Amino acid sequence: MAPGVDPQYAIFTSGLTKSFGKHNAVDAIDLRVPRGSVFGFLGPNGSGKTTTIRMLLGLANISSGEVSLLGSAIPDEMGIALPKVGALVEGPAFYPYLSGRDNLIRFDAADRHAPPETRAARVDAALARVGLTQAAGKKVHAYSLGMKQRLGIANALLQPRDLLVLDEPTNGLDPQGTREVRNLIRSLALEGITIFISSHLLVEIEQICTHLAVMSQGKIVAQGSVEELSAGEEQNLTVLTSDPELAVQGLKSLSINGVIDGKSVRALIPAGAHQPEDILKSLVDAGVGVKGFTLLAPTLEERFVLLTGEGFDVER
Amino acid sequence: MLNVKRFKGSLMQSELSVLFRRRRTWAMLVTISMIPIFLAVAVKLSGSTLPPGEGPPFLDRVSQNGMFVGFTAMLLAIPLFLPLTIGVVAGDTIAGEANTGTLRYLLVAPVSRARLLLVKFLGASAFALAAAFTLMITGIIIGAILFPVGPVTLLSGDVISIPAALLRIFLVVIYVSISLMGLSAIGLFISTLTVIPVGAMAATVVVSTVTQILGTLPQLASIHQYLISYYWLGFADLLRNPISLGSFASNALLQLAYIAIFGSLAYGRFTTKDVLS
Repeated sequence: MAPGVDPQYAIFTSGLTKSFGKHNAVDAIDLRVPRGSVFGFLGPNGSGKTTTIRMLLGLANISSGEVSLLGSAIPDEMGIALPKVGALVEGPAFYPYLSGRDNLIRFDAADRHAPPETRAARVDAALARVGLTQAAGKKVHAYSLGMKQRLGIANALLQPRDLLVLDEPTNGLDPQGTREVRNLIRSLALEGITIFISSHLLVEIEQICTHLAVMSQGKIVAQGSVEELSAGEEQNLTVLTSDPELAVQGLKSLSINGVIDGKSVRALIPAGAHQPEDILKSLVDAGVGVKGFTLLAPTLEERFVLLTGEGFDVER
Repeated sequence: MLNVKRFKGSLMQSELSVLFRRRRTWAMLVTISMIPIFLAVAVKLSGSTLPPGEGPPFLDRVSQNGMFVGFTAMLLAIPLFLPLTIGVVAGDTIAGEANTGTLRYLLVAPVSRARLLLVKFLGASAFALAAAFTLMITGIIIGAILFPVGPVTLLSGDVISIPAALLRIFLVVIYVSISLMGLSAIGLFISTLTVIPVGAMAATVVVSTVTQILGTLPQLASIHQYLISYYWLGFADLLRNPISLGSFASNALLQLAYIAIFGSLAYGRFTTKDVLS
């Protein structure tokens, strides 16, 4: 075991960094994924989630920092950790000219730790688990994206695992398929498997996660259990006004940094730092025409948006 | 010692099964088998016997003894067609897996990168053996159908029996397979440089072609013996009595050197590269 690694963590990184030239795609992140958790790894597209996962699994070199996966140092002890890890990385990928079953047989044969005697039974069980038994004999090029996604999950379940790393597992699935994957993850979590699941959509995974980390522009901007993150120490201030610039000025006098969002101004302020009536008074004193005013604990979704920014733009 | 029980169900077995179940592999083997068939049919139809020394070596003997179809076809195929098929198979090894994205799933299975390289190289070598074997066997069969078959007159003038001739034929198949292994190693290395398999395939074929062009330039005579294709046509030595194994050994040594050099380069490149596809 790498020194300084707490064995209660399935994934433990310190200062993990990936640079491409001068640019840090992943910037000194400290992930703490407790064993037995369902850990949601959130962030907009391009925030560095997949690059992080590639480093965790030894696919990409680590520029600096350390990774411990199930207590083994990556990349040096990859051969010890990886047989206990099932992974779906950046979408499923298969040999299009082989059947679904033959693809799984191929990947299982690649793992020297997988006993060949039980291969056929394990492959069939994995196919059954994701509901692909009927389509197992079909060539993968005839599969829909949703079927490939399920086959990718089946591939991660070929052997008993301690950790599942699922990168955007619900991509390409219809609502029904998304629900099925969520149920599958729930049942796997009940078996005690640690599940690390990345997504750019909080709603897809917030119901099943026990822990979350939010990534933005290569950095982790929030991390902890769902309770910790929901309780929060911050409140969400929204001022509805016809004069947002003036409202921003007015909030500055209280050292609050407001952000203009159309006809409203939003800000995240420490809980209990200001009484709502004080904020309202200083706005009115500044001559702001206040049409609406709320000070609420944010939902997880709002917190996510505030942390990562909104919209479809890739941030860099 | 080959441990059969461990081989069964291993990555190596899986690699061979995937390779030889691909339609592309079969298309190439079928095309290879066309070479001796066209050659034999053309000789049969032309009817006239060539004067000795005209056309490719051995061609004048084909109509007298069908056993020579395979040899002659091999001489025709080794400069261009066989390297082309090796380029396709060896160029596809790593780049093809990277292109479909299956490389990342093999690596997290997990397969160590060194082991994957070795398996891929052995797979390409197995294809080279299958290609040489296919060509020779088809040559013998079509030769036996179209021409008389009998004891073989060697280049040295000695006559050997059909079983003795079959042994020589087997040696030629081995010789040609070994000849293509150095090129397989080059293709494997090029394949670690890109995620576009077609690029790696083309580059491997270019290497083979350029090498042979260099081999024809008398100004470069001093380096000819180090060119990968230097001994490619040298299997005629196996058709002398007493059998001359000189070029067999020199060729094996030269190919081994290429395998060592390009195998190391492939290892150095592949074990340190980011798999981002």
